[in-house]
Amino acid sequence: MEDNQKKIRVSVWRGGEDGTFESFQVPYVEDQTILDLLTHVQRTVDNSLSYRFACRVGMCGSCAMQVNGKPRWTCRTLVRSVIQDGELKLEPLSNLPVVKDLVVDMKPFFDKWQEAKGRFEPSDSPVTEFVPIKPDDKQRQKADEAIECINCGCCYAACDVVELNPNYLGPAALNRAWSLINDAKDFANPERLKAVSGDGGCQNCHTNSQCVARCPLQLNPTRSIAGLKKAVSLATLKGEI
Amino acid sequence: MKTNRDKKEYWASFVQRWSGVALALFLPFHFVVLSLILQGEHVLDGFLYWADAPLVKFAEAGLVGLLAVHLLGGFRLLVIEFFAWKEWQGYLISIAGVGATATGCLFLLRAF
Repeated sequence: MEDNQKKIRVSVWRGGEDGTFESFQVPYVEDQTILDLLTHVQRTVDNSLSYRFACRVGMCGSCAMQVNGKPRWTCRTLVRSVIQDGELKLEPLSNLPVVKDLVVDMKPFFDKWQEAKGRFEPSDSPVTEFVPIKPDDKQRQKADEAIECINCGCCYAACDVVELNPNYLGPAALNRAWSLINDAKDFANPERLKAVSGDGGCQNCHTNSQCVARCPLQLNPTRSIAGLKKAVSLATLKGEI
Repeated sequence: MKTNRDKKEYWASFVQRWSGVALALFLPFHFVVLSLILQGEHVLDGFLYWADAPLVKFAEAGLVGLLAVHLLGGFRLLVIEFFAWKEWQGYLISIAGVGATATGCLFLLRAF
């Protein structure tokens, strides 16, 4: 139930790259999420507010934004768990161009997926015998650890290296490449290893694990990137790339 | 403004980078000191006499600590990147920090 006595102040980014914050007073409701709060603002205060969401249950990865300076899914973040001194600050995801208000252009993020060869590549010729992949297979387990990524961009927004070097492929794209490198039915190597070892490749990672700290699914892109570094080094020593 | 710096790995990376920069800046100075011998034994001895002052010894201990933390932190990165990922590797940051501090303290103990 809405408690009309208690209100919280929300500063929301408005406009494009050169926009500014606008403050709203929003009723505090027990167990409301950041997404509930934004919906309240849009429906009752200012219907020109732009933000992105789809599933509302943490499956689609489209609602991520900076909440009090940290990238989070708005649909799975309770206001009471992040509010500081009765205030909230909502900004578009870092390290991506702002379209309007809380909406960013995800194109650079997905372009880097393609650059890292994040697409499954089947064999050119028809496969006559399928590779058996057992659940306890080591490669399968490594792929399993990385495969649940839903491309929300939280790790990309949290990454200091992306901020410093816009060419860096970023944790999500490299994590995806690692899951495919461990897929016995994929045939894009060694081209994929070349793709992840260029100027913006895995060697740029400083291993400071901000991606791990901010992944809502508790994935570990730093571990995947460490795996890539090792695979690239071994392939270089063997003369494969 | 991002406020992501809430994992010790961030600070490990910060120390690794800036200790490297500090050591790189120190290295030319180190070579300049060594080159003093070319101007005569008394010139180098004069500098070494100055370097025996307690304040300089403390600064030197800091330098030794920086070198140790950079070396141990570098080993930590090699372990992460060339061996299978294990959760205990998180303790390597603490080991590097304690090891570097101990090395600096040991240097001070021997200096006085």
